[in-house]
Amino acid sequence: MLEFTQQIVNGLSLGAIYALIALGYTMVYGIIKLINFAHGDIMMVGALVSYFSLTLLGTNIFVAMAAAMIACAVFGVLIEKIAYRPLRNSTRIAALITAIGVSLFLEYFTIFIFGPAQKVFPASAFPIKAYALGGLSVLNKDVFVFVSAVVLMIILQYIIKWTKTGKAMRAVSLDQEAAVLMGISVDKTISITFAIGSALAAAAGVMLGIYYNTVNPLMGIIPGLKAFVAAVLGGIGIIPGAMVGGFVMGLLETMVSGYGNSLYRDAVAFGVLIFILLIKPSGIFGEDTGEKV
Amino acid sequence: MRIGKRIALLVMVLFVFSIAAAGCGGGTETDDPAGDVIKVGVNVELSGGTASYGTNARDGALLAIEQINKDGGVLGMQLKPIERDNKSIADEAMSISAALVGENIVAQIGPLTSGDVAGSTPVMMENKVPLIAPAATAANVTVDDKTGETRDYIFRVCFIDPFQGTLMAKFAAEDMNATKAVIYCDNSSDYGKGLAQYFEKTFTENGGTILAQEGFVKDDRDFRAALTKIKGLNPDFIYVPGYYQEVAPLIKQARELGITAPIGGCDGWDSPDMVSVAGNEALNNSFFTNHYSSQDKDPQVVEFVEAFKAKYNKEPDAFAALGYDSVQIMVQGLKDAGEADSVKLKEALEKITDFAGITGNMSIDEQHNPVKAGVILEFKDGQQVMKTRIQP
Repeated sequence: MLEFTQQIVNGLSLGAIYALIALGYTMVYGIIKLINFAHGDIMMVGALVSYFSLTLLGTNIFVAMAAAMIACAVFGVLIEKIAYRPLRNSTRIAALITAIGVSLFLEYFTIFIFGPAQKVFPASAFPIKAYALGGLSVLNKDVFVFVSAVVLMIILQYIIKWTKTGKAMRAVSLDQEAAVLMGISVDKTISITFAIGSALAAAAGVMLGIYYNTVNPLMGIIPGLKAFVAAVLGGIGIIPGAMVGGFVMGLLETMVSGYGNSLYRDAVAFGVLIFILLIKPSGIFGEDTGEKV
Repeated sequence: MRIGKRIALLVMVLFVFSIAAAGCGGGTETDDPAGDVIKVGVNVELSGGTASYGTNARDGALLAIEQINKDGGVLGMQLKPIERDNKSIADEAMSISAALVGENIVAQIGPLTSGDVAGSTPVMMENKVPLIAPAATAANVTVDDKTGETRDYIFRVCFIDPFQGTLMAKFAAEDMNATKAVIYCDNSSDYGKGLAQYFEKTFTENGGTILAQEGFVKDDRDFRAALTKIKGLNPDFIYVPGYYQEVAPLIKQARELGITAPIGGCDGWDSPDMVSVAGNEALNNSFFTNHYSSQDKDPQVVEFVEAFKAKYNKEPDAFAALGYDSVQIMVQGLKDAGEADSVKLKEALEKITDFAGITGNMSIDEQHNPVKAGVILEFKDGQQVMKTRIQP
């Protein structure tokens, strides 16, 4: 029983990281129907910014996180302006391929500048404390990641449901042309979407840095991919869906490693994904909207 | 404006010529009167992904050549190293080998990685010039996978991958008195899988049981699920063959979960990042196999370490020691052969027994692998401390 509870803790903290990344994915998709494959790499940039803020400027972790989020927000807006905006009216596959291109560019440009070697995230930035609850090992970083993911999701949900900007986002998501006619600036709304999405990615990047205390130019690929799967699993475009999808992925991987065999971890996790999508193609939280003729 | 352009063009043309001329300049160094020197090719990785391996092995090899020349050379002749950078690219290693063979080298030291050696192999085989690989550990470097035949002209001075698994299993069973082990290996590389296989074989032969085998893949960063399971099994030894990028966070997480059992590994652990990522405390009570230790009290090793430090002002790592041994075993072969002839050198190398190298006593077996000892290193408060030397 103790082991099972420990596995739940493991799964939830892994899932929280996936959820945090998935939030940004799903938000961008929800507004402009673009799967932003560069999302994982923006996360890496965020982790790098916080790394340099910690080591070169000697700031504390909260300042580093704020710096990473601001830098990535600006960066995300720039990427959208340069790479995605000119393609807004072309086919979706063109935008998708551009996103992959941006992703590769970020990865290899970072390698070109900083080299391929991993950098060690300073351990002093976030001293690890373990809470032993009757044989159960819970670390303060687990709690930190979990709470941040939930809080950020609530804030995001609030912005989208209750603010004017959120209203504009939903309008753009529903029908861009009609939104323009209602006096909404589509460019501005999409820029804000990218700013928020990229800031979320940066937050996730800093947490990955704290969590596994290394930063490297290719660190965004695998978590980015898994988070994408989590977003699809929960129903891409739906904020609570990303959250639930992330936790489901985290728990699934953990349970397969813990009670099945770690060698089959990814196979089973992705198998379940395929199964869920066969039954409910729009994801757990997705609404089945019939194709209009 | 137009004149300006012409001048620019002229400058460019001159620039190109000067580069070409500089490039050619390097080629004239080979015009030595033949006969009183023995040329040795040094085909190593001085740039690219594995530059640190190549640079250290080159330093070791050049130190050996310098010492031998100071003591009067071999067969009354001086050794002359011809050093080339293969840029960590297998194709480049091949064309450099072809160029070196053209300069009448008696043998080639390097390349370092198994992949680059494979690139160089066909040229060396065709021209019947021995290649001595300092650190290529893949089993198929010296043996053709398809036919099972030994590659005549390819030798090495390092032990091969599977041997490390055997070594650690012996250490776990005999020195640590472990009977219940768990294997948690890098399942995405032949290296990790091969080591795990031989660990299991030797460990069970010594009366131990393997409670479970778990796996991770390259770039994994979260190991807690499998580690929690391993903790529940309560093993008295955990074997983790893999590279430091994954192993360092793995050990850190294991200790965070409260796993106190000794953890064993392999030469893929040998990196400063192990300590900086996992931390001093987490690494205590963990051990790994390696080719050699600069802390070895063996007088021959002490002498080597001092000479190396005096010349390069840095600690010699395993690659430096293997580079040094590569030259020394070649010299032994030349002495045995009695003349500086590539084919006779190959025959002599095949017969080498009990050669006393820095990385241990070695005898070349029929597959051109050295039969030699390995060392076990222990992490103590962030320092690598030599634990023991284990004979095969």
